[in-house]
Amino acid sequence: MSTATPTTGTYLIRQASVLGGDAADLLIREGVIAEIGADLLGTPAAAGATVIEAEGLVALPGMVDLHTHLREPGREDAETVETGTRAAALGGFTSVHAMANSSPVADTAGVVEQVYSLGKESGWVDVRPVGAVTVGLAGKQLAELGAMADSRARVRVFSDDGICVSDPVLMRRALEYVKAFDGVIAQHAQEPRLTEGAQMNEGKVSSVLGLAGWPAVAEESIIARDVLLAQHVGSRLHVCHVSTAGSVEIIRWAKARGINVTAEVTPHHLWLTEELVRSYNPVYKVNPPLRADEDVQALRAALADGTIDIIGTDHAPHPDEAKACEWAQAAMGMTGLETALSVVQHTMIETGLMSWADFARVTSFAPAAIGRLADQGRPLEVGEPANLVLVDPAARWTVDPAKMATKGRNSPFAGRELPGAVKATFFRGHPTVLDGVLNTPYPGSAS
Amino acid sequence: MRHLLSTEDLSLENAVRILDTAEEMAAVGEREVKKLPALRGRTVVNLFFEDSTRTRISFEAAAKRLSADVINFAAKGSSVSKGESLKDTAQTLEAMSADAVVIRHWASGAPAQLANSGWIDAAVINAGDGTHAHPTQALLDAFTMRRHLAKLAGTSSIGADLTGMRVVIAGDVLHSRVARSNVWLLKTLGAEVTLVAPPTLLPIGVEYWPCKVSYDLDSVLASGVDAVMMLRVQAERMNDSFFPSTREYSRRWGFDDARLAKLDTLGLKDTIIMHPGPMNRGLEISSAAADSPRSTVLAQVRNGVSVRMATLYLLMSGELRENAPAAGTTPNETTLNGTTLKEFA
Repeated sequence: MSTATPTTGTYLIRQASVLGGDAADLLIREGVIAEIGADLLGTPAAAGATVIEAEGLVALPGMVDLHTHLREPGREDAETVETGTRAAALGGFTSVHAMANSSPVADTAGVVEQVYSLGKESGWVDVRPVGAVTVGLAGKQLAELGAMADSRARVRVFSDDGICVSDPVLMRRALEYVKAFDGVIAQHAQEPRLTEGAQMNEGKVSSVLGLAGWPAVAEESIIARDVLLAQHVGSRLHVCHVSTAGSVEIIRWAKARGINVTAEVTPHHLWLTEELVRSYNPVYKVNPPLRADEDVQALRAALADGTIDIIGTDHAPHPDEAKACEWAQAAMGMTGLETALSVVQHTMIETGLMSWADFARVTSFAPAAIGRLADQGRPLEVGEPANLVLVDPAARWTVDPAKMATKGRNSPFAGRELPGAVKATFFRGHPTVLDGVLNTPYPGSAS
Repeated sequence: MRHLLSTEDLSLENAVRILDTAEEMAAVGEREVKKLPALRGRTVVNLFFEDSTRTRISFEAAAKRLSADVINFAAKGSSVSKGESLKDTAQTLEAMSADAVVIRHWASGAPAQLANSGWIDAAVINAGDGTHAHPTQALLDAFTMRRHLAKLAGTSSIGADLTGMRVVIAGDVLHSRVARSNVWLLKTLGAEVTLVAPPTLLPIGVEYWPCKVSYDLDSVLASGVDAVMMLRVQAERMNDSFFPSTREYSRRWGFDDARLAKLDTLGLKDTIIMHPGPMNRGLEISSAAADSPRSTVLAQVRNGVSVRMATLYLLMSGELRENAPAAGTTPNETTLNGTTLKEFA
C-alpha cells in the first residue's frame, strides 16, 4: 500500500544486525525505510526521531504467514481478527492470510471483504483473506474465485484448508481458473477415504495406542496427483503444511521437473513427533498429524535446501472445551503465531541449518511472493515499506499459553523454554510491538 | 503404581503379584461366604461409556466381594452427545469421593487422560478403552494360562510366570484391545506369542511388537502351540472390505471343527482354546471348539472376578510398587492392611 500516512512517527533503530549481518542504523519515517547507515545518530535526517537501541538485536523483514486461522466470522469464542492479529504482531508478523474455513465460509466477495475490513480496523497487521476454492468447502462446485480476486480484498490465495479438494476434476478446474488473475491454489493434501476417522500418524505408535492411523500415503498421493495436474494445466500450486519425508521427495522431484509448485511447513512439524501422542493429550492432535522423527529431519533438510519454500504457522486456536475431552473427540490444531519465530530459531538456526537471511526468505520474502503481496516481504532497503521486526536471539523464555494474546490456549510448546524474542514489530512504519509488548495499532485504525 | 492403564508398562514383579493375589482371591470365591472386609468404606465407581454388561458385572462382583461400595455410572454414548465432558464427569466423581474409578470407554486413551489430567484423585482402572488396551482381560487370560501350566506340571502357580508357553492369538488384531494387552503382558511373563490374522486386520507397525506374526493359522498350529486365543470378529468389518466374506474368513482364520480335530492329530493334547467373549459361534470359533474340554471360556469368566479383586485391592491399598522391579523381592504373602488374607478365611 502506498497510502502511508504522515501520522506514523520517525524512529531511529540503532545498531541492529540486518538479517544477522553487519550492524547498522535504520531510519524509519512516514512508513518507509528512509535511510540506512553505519551511524545515523545526530544526522539531520534523524533529528527528532525516537531512538530504539537495538544493539545485539537482529532486524528482519516483517513475517508473512500464508496460513492463519483467525476464526472470525463465526467462531469468535476461539479467536477474533483483533486477538489473532495482536498475537501475530507479537510474533513478529506484519501480514497474515486468514484461512477460509470461517462460518460463513469465506467463499464470496462479501465475506472476504468483511475479513479484510476487520483486519484494517484492527490495524495490527495486514490481513489477507484466503478465498475458499469450493462453495461452503463442500468440494462440489467452484466458489466465485474471480469475484473474490476482484474484491477490495484482492484475494490471490485460494484454499479449502481443513478439507482436501479431492475431486481431481474440480482440482484441475480450480488450478486452471485462477490463472486468469495469477491466483494460487493452496491444497490441503489429505485423501479423504484413506483418512476416515484418522487420529494420528499411522505407524509404530498408532499400532500401540489403538488410535486410527493417518497414513503418509494419504498426503503423498494427493501431492503427487496435484503436481502432475499443475504441470498439465501450467498453473501454480501451493502445498499446505507438508508433513512427511515422502511428500518432500515428491515436491523435490516436481521442482526438478520445472513444475510451478511451492510448499509450506509448520513450525510444529519441524520439531514435534508422534511420540508425544503417547500422553493422549489432545493438545498434540493436529491435522496433518505429528509424524516420526525421520519426517521431522526430512522437513528440516527440505526447508534448508529450498524444497520447502516457506513457514506457515497453521495457527489454529480452539476453546478449552475442544481440547479437554477424549482424544477422538478433540479438535485438531495448535496455536502458533506467538511461538513460530522461536521454534524456527530453535529447529533451524540453532541447529546450523539456516541463517537469519534464510529465515527472512522462508518467513517473509517467499510467502509474500506466493501471495503476490506487493508491499510485504520486501528487502530491508531504503525506500521500502517499513515492515520489520527486531529480534533478540539471545533471549530465552518459557511458553505460558495463559499469557498469550491469542484466545487459544492450545500451544503444544507450553512449558518449554524457547530461544529468541520479538522485541519490536514495525508495521508500515508504526511500532505495533515495542519492548516485547504490544504497543498500539496502526494509527487511524478503529481498535 | 496408582493406576492400571495398560500392560505395556506393567513390570514382571507387579504382574506376578497381581496373579498371586488373584489366586488368594479365588480361594475366597470358593467359600460359602464370598466376602472380605478389605475395602470396607471405600467407594468404587464403574464408569461405563460403552455397554459391556459382562465386564461391568465382573468388576461389580469383585468390588462387592471386597466389601467396597459400588456405584454404577452408565454414561452411554459419547460424552459430547450427552452434553457432558469427560472432565465434568470426572470431577463429579471426585466430588463424590470415589476411591477408584473403573472406566470403560469407546475412545482409546480416555483412562490415561483421566489418570493424568489432574481432574480426579482416585485410582483409575482401565476396563477397556477403544482399540487400545484391556489390561484386566489380559491378566485374567494369563491367570488362566498359568493355572493350566501349573495343573499340567502338578505344581503351584504361585510365583510362576509363563516362560516358554506358546500362545497363538488369532483374529481381528487391528481393532482388538485384548490382543494388544495380551501381547505385552505375555511377553513380560515370558510366553512366546504369535499373532495370526488376515493382513488387513493387522496394524501397520505390528512389526515393532514383541511377538511373531503370521497369516497362516494351520502352519502356526502345526508348529506347536499351548494356547490358542480366538478374537471376536465384528460383522461390520465385512462391510469395510477387511475380508471378502464371513465364510472365507472362517475357512482361513476361524477355529473350526477341522482345526479342532487337527490338534489331536498333531498330538497337542494339552492345548487350550481361549476366547475373551462374547463369541461369534460359527465365525471365528465353531461350537464344537467353544464347548470342547479344551475350551477355557467359562474359566476365563470365573478368573476375571479374582483378577479384578486382586487389582482393586492392590491398587487401592497402594501395595504395587512403581515400575522399577527389584528382582527377588516379591513377597509370598499378600497382606491386607497388615493382616494376612488367611486370617479372613
